[in-house]
Amino acid sequence: MHKKKLTATIKSQREIAKGIYDLRLSTELAAEAKAGQFVCLYPKDKSTLLPRPISICEADGESGVLRLVYRVVGKGTAEFSCLTAGETVEVMGNLGNGFPLEEAVGKCVFIMGGGIGIPPLLELAKRMQAKKQIIAGYRDKDTFLKEELEQYGSVYVATEDGSVGSRGNVMDAIRENGLCADVIYACGPMPMLRAIKKYAEEQGIPAYISLEEHMACGVGACLGCVVKTKKVDSHSHVNNARICTDGPVFEAGEVDI
Amino acid sequence: MNTKVTIAGVTLQNPVMTASGTFGSGMEYGEFVDLNKLGAVVTKGVASVPWAGNPTPRVAEVYGGMLNAIGLQNPGIDVFMERDIPFLKQYDTKIIVNVCGKTVEDYIAVVEKLGDTSVDMLEINVSCPNVKEGAIAFGQKTDALFDITSQIKKHAVQPVIMKLSPNVTDIGEMARAAEAAGADAISLINTLTGMKIDIHRRTFALANKTGGMSGPAIKPVAVRMVYQAASAVKIPVIGMGGICNAEDAVEFLLAGASAVSVGAANFFNPYVTEEIVRGIEAYMEQYHIEDIKELIGAVRES
Repeated sequence: MHKKKLTATIKSQREIAKGIYDLRLSTELAAEAKAGQFVCLYPKDKSTLLPRPISICEADGESGVLRLVYRVVGKGTAEFSCLTAGETVEVMGNLGNGFPLEEAVGKCVFIMGGGIGIPPLLELAKRMQAKKQIIAGYRDKDTFLKEELEQYGSVYVATEDGSVGSRGNVMDAIRENGLCADVIYACGPMPMLRAIKKYAEEQGIPAYISLEEHMACGVGACLGCVVKTKKVDSHSHVNNARICTDGPVFEAGEVDI
Repeated sequence: MNTKVTIAGVTLQNPVMTASGTFGSGMEYGEFVDLNKLGAVVTKGVASVPWAGNPTPRVAEVYGGMLNAIGLQNPGIDVFMERDIPFLKQYDTKIIVNVCGKTVEDYIAVVEKLGDTSVDMLEINVSCPNVKEGAIAFGQKTDALFDITSQIKKHAVQPVIMKLSPNVTDIGEMARAAEAAGADAISLINTLTGMKIDIHRRTFALANKTGGMSGPAIKPVAVRMVYQAASAVKIPVIGMGGICNAEDAVEFLLAGASAVSVGAANFFNPYVTEEIVRGIEAYMEQYHIEDIKELIGAVRES
């Protein structure tokens, strides 16, 4: 399906943790969305013009509902957080390539998320055919999406303040629970992704990590959101892949983070 | 109704072009707009060899616009000729290749290679504020601009558009220097050098510290500079800077631009270029303008 920018209607929105919003949109984009892809939402306030890239938390083709779970971090997301049922928002999608699900089939898998990197893992966990160990890292006891993730695999939680699960981060949770895997899928803050990349190298297993970067166009034209890669990139041949179009998911060994 | 404009002997079906660096070579936005409908596609800057560009973050939002410091990442002229030109040749639009370099020789190497191709025009980037060597170094002093323009003109087969920087004291003087050196046209404005500081992290928003500002917030500055440049020279002027809709485009035409380029607005609205083409026609219909040339430089003192 071609990328499109269209008007979506808000089906519902609620705050599910402090500053974390669960937004459901009625849009045809839901039909073909893949786990790990993202969409761009456009603020109405014309002083904030750039589209906001937000990962897809759930996509239900049958009901045509696209679910986004995002954190309010600035003016654009603050505006989105005020949207209510029946209102509309401009959305462009579906963007990026998503997670390679076929790599997990029949294997023992870690699905690892940190903070606002957790939402795209829900659709991933739902669609993945594997022995799923889901490791979710939070700041505190605000463990949003945890119950939903539990429907699709064994969930292990780490919290920075130790209020739920292991104290520390997702790597601490793996060690504390003595877990192991054949392949890793992850999304979260850069320090977490770096630790996962190192761990995967030590274990000699692949890790598919979803990256983020400041974006302008979201479609591969502006070259704003690049990451250094081992292989020559397809666009500029300078080992700088575009996160929006060549990613956002990369095999950790392929990128220099 | 005639929407055709002619720049240096090249006739465009309408005056709407894309601004270099915001539209790649058209592949990405070809999913959203029909490239056949555009007057011209102006490509991302291409150098004699691949350039990796700057570290990230490369983009930041500012009030009513954005800053970028991409640093002219590009695959170099050889890949470009093999891939991007054949892609664009499939469409009924003019091809304008933006050329960048670190030295005069770099620019000439690209210009000479393009001489063997069927691209329609060259736009010479002497105004990128985000690279340390070349580019802007040639675009802020009249003698440097005169020198590089005349050197390029000696080697160029296609008409040469010099893309000017707004980060100068007297834009009319720069426009005259380009014209005197033989430029066939000028385009302006490139981005305005800006800076954003993240007060929570106490860091620069861009890894490059400074970046080029674009978007609707810069439009009044651009209109003023296009007017001043168009008043200073006889060669055609291509106007750009914050154009987001047909009304903005008409404003630039009235200020003296023979064509317009749409840049950052592509990021806010991927359909914007085609919408502007249609919007200009609607404006002409509304005001019974038979020929778009009637609008060029037609602003008057009330």
